[in-house]
Amino acid sequence: MRYNWNWSVLFADPYLGWLLSGLGWTVLVSAAAWIIGLALGSVIGVMRTLPSPIARAIGATYVEIFRNIPLLVQIFLFYFVLPELLPREMGRWLKRDLPHPEFTMAVISLGLYTACRVAEQVRAGINTAGRGQASAGLATGLTLAQVYRFILLPLAYRLTIPALTNEFLNVFKNSSLALTIGVLELTARARAVADYTYQSIEAFAAASLIYASISFLIAFLMRRVERRARLAGTLAAGTH
Amino acid sequence: MTKTAIVAGAILGAAFALTLGSASAQEFYGALKKIKDSGTIIIGHNEDSPPFASFGADGKPLGYSIDICNKIAAAAKAELKLDNLTIKYQAVNGQTRTPLLVNGTVDLVCATTTNTFSRQKQVDFLNTMFVTGNRLLVKKNSGIKEIEDLKGKVVSANQGTTNEKVLNELNQKLNLGIKVLSTKDQPQGWIALETDRTDAHMTDEVVEYGLIAKAKNPDQYAVVGRLLSFDPYAVVIRRDDSAFRSLGNRVLADLYRSGEWEQIYTKWMSTIGQPLSPELKLLMSMQNYPD
Amino acid sequence: MGAFDFNVIVKALPLLWEGMQVTLLLTALGILGGIALGIVLAVMRLSRSRLFRNLAGAYVDLLRSLPLVLLIFWFYFLVPIAVGHPVGGFYSAVIGFILFEAAYFCEIIRSGIEGVRRGQVMAGLASGLTQAQCMRFIILPQAFRAMLPVLLMQSINVFKSTSLVYVIGLRDFLTAADLIGGRDNRLTEMYLLVAVVFFVICWTASQAVGLLQRRIAP
Repeated sequence: MRYNWNWSVLFADPYLGWLLSGLGWTVLVSAAAWIIGLALGSVIGVMRTLPSPIARAIGATYVEIFRNIPLLVQIFLFYFVLPELLPREMGRWLKRDLPHPEFTMAVISLGLYTACRVAEQVRAGINTAGRGQASAGLATGLTLAQVYRFILLPLAYRLTIPALTNEFLNVFKNSSLALTIGVLELTARARAVADYTYQSIEAFAAASLIYASISFLIAFLMRRVERRARLAGTLAAGTH
Repeated sequence: MTKTAIVAGAILGAAFALTLGSASAQEFYGALKKIKDSGTIIIGHNEDSPPFASFGADGKPLGYSIDICNKIAAAAKAELKLDNLTIKYQAVNGQTRTPLLVNGTVDLVCATTTNTFSRQKQVDFLNTMFVTGNRLLVKKNSGIKEIEDLKGKVVSANQGTTNEKVLNELNQKLNLGIKVLSTKDQPQGWIALETDRTDAHMTDEVVEYGLIAKAKNPDQYAVVGRLLSFDPYAVVIRRDDSAFRSLGNRVLADLYRSGEWEQIYTKWMSTIGQPLSPELKLLMSMQNYPD
Repeated sequence: MGAFDFNVIVKALPLLWEGMQVTLLLTALGILGGIALGIVLAVMRLSRSRLFRNLAGAYVDLLRSLPLVLLIFWFYFLVPIAVGHPVGGFYSAVIGFILFEAAYFCEIIRSGIEGVRRGQVMAGLASGLTQAQCMRFIILPQAFRAMLPVLLMQSINVFKSTSLVYVIGLRDFLTAADLIGGRDNRLTEMYLLVAVVFFVICWTASQAVGLLQRRIAP
């Protein structure tokens, strides 16, 4: 193989700056999408456990739609197709007047997709926490909303920390798909460095190192959180 | 241009001296050896840039660049005295073309690649096969005439292209405050303009005519403004392979000399309404080095 | 503008079908290879040898920490170098998918095996079975039953994630649709079509897995 190695391009102007700004956008997209995913996912997850059949049906439909279409295709639908289906003025607003249209649509799309995955975890957590807890709460005079707010959701979150951590890492990795609609996040910037310098291996090695370091850091931190949040008396707490 | 011609001529001369010296030995190396050993030549091509490299109803690649590369494949077959040479095609894009060339997945890249010195650090180019430059693709009713009219507007250019580079540089130099949208490929750049997401798409002039040619309403679009860059297209090959480069350049010189190149030009450029200009004809004829 | 034209889809059907075949083949090879390598990795992670455990653990952690888009590119580039001769874009992608999916299948298989109660293994060993026989006759059949639905759901994920070969321009279903949409200036129709096709296939498959899950649930 005839490949001219040149690791110094990674530290040369402007390429170092590109990679750093790419990292910034990656973090921003991931964090914003995670907030949407966690909030909406909790609502949908709760809806799937409510007594109301309508609420359950809405929750189930949401999950089925977003779970069964590849994320990349969803991003294309939101970015390219949605504005054309809306009334002209609204479509134009989405394309032009929305601040940072690529970024916003990537965040919304990634957030909605993440919500369907979070919803499944939250539902599983609530089901594990159990009907018993809910009836006990209702018996003591709490309203259904209060039972969820003070008993079921806190329990569910604590039970599903490992799964939710996984989902957060997925958002972080999935944010790389935003490059397909022009968000200049880390992978896009690595590709740009590769294109401009033709030093592809170096550029991709740098991006990989950054992704891996952050993933490992998050996993490490969340393992500590998980240990603190363990519920006494459950299997997870009893294994050590 | 003359400098390139002199340099290329000198290299060609040196390559000739080499082939003459070793003609009896017939020791092949580099791409020619790989092609001889495997009985296969693998042509890398892109698919989003008609009329240079696109694909037909059967899914097979076709276009101006593809025609030229097929000529090179035929010349390699003759040079290696092979009875059978399999021609394989491998789609590449801006991100994959260098790695796939370097790791041997493809033997040459036939696309719309601009020959630049920074790219020559990693790969090598054959002589120029087309010359174009950046201009602006806009909607006619936008009133945009020059890049200065784009102050504060949204302009797209494809990720990782020389077009994107030029746009960013001019944006900074002329202090235009253009918002740059990095599109993935030509169709995405086009749809962004068509659906009013952007005010202009910046790419090579000839590609812009290609995009307009397949528009739903071609008369609504225009290519405007001065040439913003100089983009000589060339076939990309691996570095340090003067025998293969010499073979490729000889094919190009023969095409330019025999007039066959004009047929290829007309076959593809007539589809986008671009007659052959005397300037381009002169540029190409300067490369028909004698045998 | 905005006028949708679905005629273009009919004309493009042969090319779309070719793309779908690439997607299906990529999925099938990714699943089979991924499960095979995943079993090896899972056994390594559960082995007594610290070296094997750490090697497999590091492999799984590393592959799961990187975006698939980035990994596809890596493998696309590195596989021919590792193999020593060009293997073509498709097989580079296949090998990439196998190596990537194996990390996920490994974790599913490992937790399936770990879910089998220790007492059963003890009983097996006490009755004179060897370690390997215990694995073969006691652990794996039970573990397999428990993990089958998860394996199938992950397989649906493999099917969906093959769409990412879009980034290297390998002509799978999405890329074929994208290319045709780009060439014929009908991107929106093509993206809608891709979404509908994926949804119908994945939804049907996941409903089937749900049924199976209910049938084999204890």
